[in-house]
Amino acid sequence: MGNLFPKLPVADWIDAFVDWLTSTFEVAFDGISEGLEVVVDSLVAVFAFIPSFIFIILMTLIAWKLANKKIALFTLVGLFLVDNLGYWEPMLDTLALVLSAVIISIIIGVPLGIWASQKNTVKQIVVPVLDFMQTMPAFVYLIPAIFFFNIGVVPGVVASVIFSMPPTIRLTILGVQQVPADITEATESFGSTTAQKLLKVQLPLAMPTIMAGINQSIMLALSMVVIAAMVGAPGLGADVYRAVTQIQIGRGFEAGLAIVVVAIILDRITQNLGTKKQGGM
Amino acid sequence: MENNVKVKIEDVTKIFGKNSKKAISLLQKGETKGEILKKTGSTIGVNKASFEIKAGEIFVIMGLSGSGKSTLVRMLNRLIDPTLGKIYIDGKDIVKMSKEELRKVRREKISMVFQKFALLPHRTILENTEFGLEIQGIDKAARKQRASESLKLVGLEGYENQYPDQLSGGMQQRVGLARALANDPDVLLMDEAFSALDPLIRKDMQDELLDLQSNMEKTIIFITHDLDEALRIGDRIALMKDGSIVQVGTPEEILMNPSNDYVERFVEDVDLSKVLTANHVMKRAEAVNVDKGPRVALQMMRDLGISSIYVVNKKRVLLGAVTADAAKKAVENNQPLHEILEETVTVSGDTLLVDLFDKVSTASIPVAVVDGEQRLKGMLVRGAVIGALAGNNENINSQTEIMETQKTEVLN
Repeated sequence: MGNLFPKLPVADWIDAFVDWLTSTFEVAFDGISEGLEVVVDSLVAVFAFIPSFIFIILMTLIAWKLANKKIALFTLVGLFLVDNLGYWEPMLDTLALVLSAVIISIIIGVPLGIWASQKNTVKQIVVPVLDFMQTMPAFVYLIPAIFFFNIGVVPGVVASVIFSMPPTIRLTILGVQQVPADITEATESFGSTTAQKLLKVQLPLAMPTIMAGINQSIMLALSMVVIAAMVGAPGLGADVYRAVTQIQIGRGFEAGLAIVVVAIILDRITQNLGTKKQGGM
Repeated sequence: MENNVKVKIEDVTKIFGKNSKKAISLLQKGETKGEILKKTGSTIGVNKASFEIKAGEIFVIMGLSGSGKSTLVRMLNRLIDPTLGKIYIDGKDIVKMSKEELRKVRREKISMVFQKFALLPHRTILENTEFGLEIQGIDKAARKQRASESLKLVGLEGYENQYPDQLSGGMQQRVGLARALANDPDVLLMDEAFSALDPLIRKDMQDELLDLQSNMEKTIIFITHDLDEALRIGDRIALMKDGSIVQVGTPEEILMNPSNDYVERFVEDVDLSKVLTANHVMKRAEAVNVDKGPRVALQMMRDLGISSIYVVNKKRVLLGAVTADAAKKAVENNQPLHEILEETVTVSGDTLLVDLFDKVSTASIPVAVVDGEQRLKGMLVRGAVIGALAGNNENINSQTEIMETQKTEVLN
């Protein structure tokens, strides 16, 4: 068999392709790299500018307003613990990394999801790409990401975006297509334009589902922080990674605990955001 | 009713499936729906439907599920594009219209009410009702006012700030109706609008629709699978089967002269008592002029072999009746007719049989049928009423017979 069909040189093709991309789009990649770095850095700067106790109170109030008392209490205690353990600054780095990745996911993912929900051909292209993005091991595209964007926070953001964007797109498609047929029919029967249909009917009705997708994206982005640390992104992930390589079980656990706290706070707040919208009241 | 045509469709055909060209040519060769499905894999949704709907008419399209009625009504506002055929609204073919023109027609001329209400769950009742106006870009104050009026029309005042899921099915459909009416359309499409409601509410809604219609004079195209509903509200009914229109006619025509076996089978279970009226079953009434004496009345009763007779004045207005016994006594006592009159039970010609039974069965003198000015039109004989109910056509007057019966002269 092996002789009959010589091995396809897929690896060589990819190498050549990556080389070609790096040399051809160097300027573009540099631009993206700088842009992303500015975004993440300014987020970190803003977060760091706020004293930790004020930040904790702010987050607690947000949790109270958007979710409920219990989650507000958890936020208060959890963040205090993170501060107490000495992971405040790494946590801000992580928060900035996750937020930038999720914001990019939303900016790209929601419009793409809407487009795919309207046009079947787009959906047929997008869905397999999403499968690819989610199942391809992150390390595999982390390496070319270093080529394109150098070491640091940027390849971390890019890898997080690739890994976390699919649920936002998928659930946007699902949400828009789930709008009952008779409601879209009714909307059309009153002479609405495509834009009116989308803005007044489909998106509001799809919002809970889209929010669930964004919630999933946040969780996936958080799960990428350790991997992002491997390419040099600062944050809690870097602490975990260091602890693992130096076999510091206790420190690793502390950093891991801080990640869990951030994850639970973000998850509960965004989850309640989705269900609150659903009530429509 | 004015006689101008509001909606006219010609050879409207819808073929679902990929191979529609081949299906069209087969259809034109006269092949059946089943054969075409076998040969091409295409389904004939609607097969060369043609009819005219007059302005101000309630036109019911009736058929069982899968007969193509919902597809047909969706082609009237092009929610579904017809494969073939022409659809004229106010003389303009909407099939040829651009998207822009079509939107204008949908916004201004034609509104639709849906079986499952299709309200927006995230909007209040008022905001739902405003929807059509909002789409048109009408400013907030004006649309709020029009929507409120529309809600008032359907009896939902005070519910403006509730959400659809806080309302019962019947009320939700009122909102659907109010939303459609807020646009002030000429044509109202109602797709199984009352089918999801329970029977009592459904009947209320039917009554209310008829009530509204008597003030609005919209052209209503109503889809239903329920024959009773069709007969209750339809001015004319189109019966569909397998995508084709089988018969178009007034409820009476469909019941009395089913055009083929299918229609006949469809209508055989109809409760005739809710369809036939006093006009259909009344017999020629014998009457005597009040100015004649009791002697004449008695003579007439003897000649005709009857035991009582109606008494009318010169204008044929019913004054009462006399029995043979009373007439005999009057002759002996030399009394005029008007002193011995007995009251008679009267009904109008459009009273349904179901509402007659009680009166007919308890009256000692046959129930008289009168018009709006109390003029005698005919009488109801028990045997004939029961015969008509049993579906005996001899006991049912056709339209021409009704006219003739009413011409009956006063016997002197």
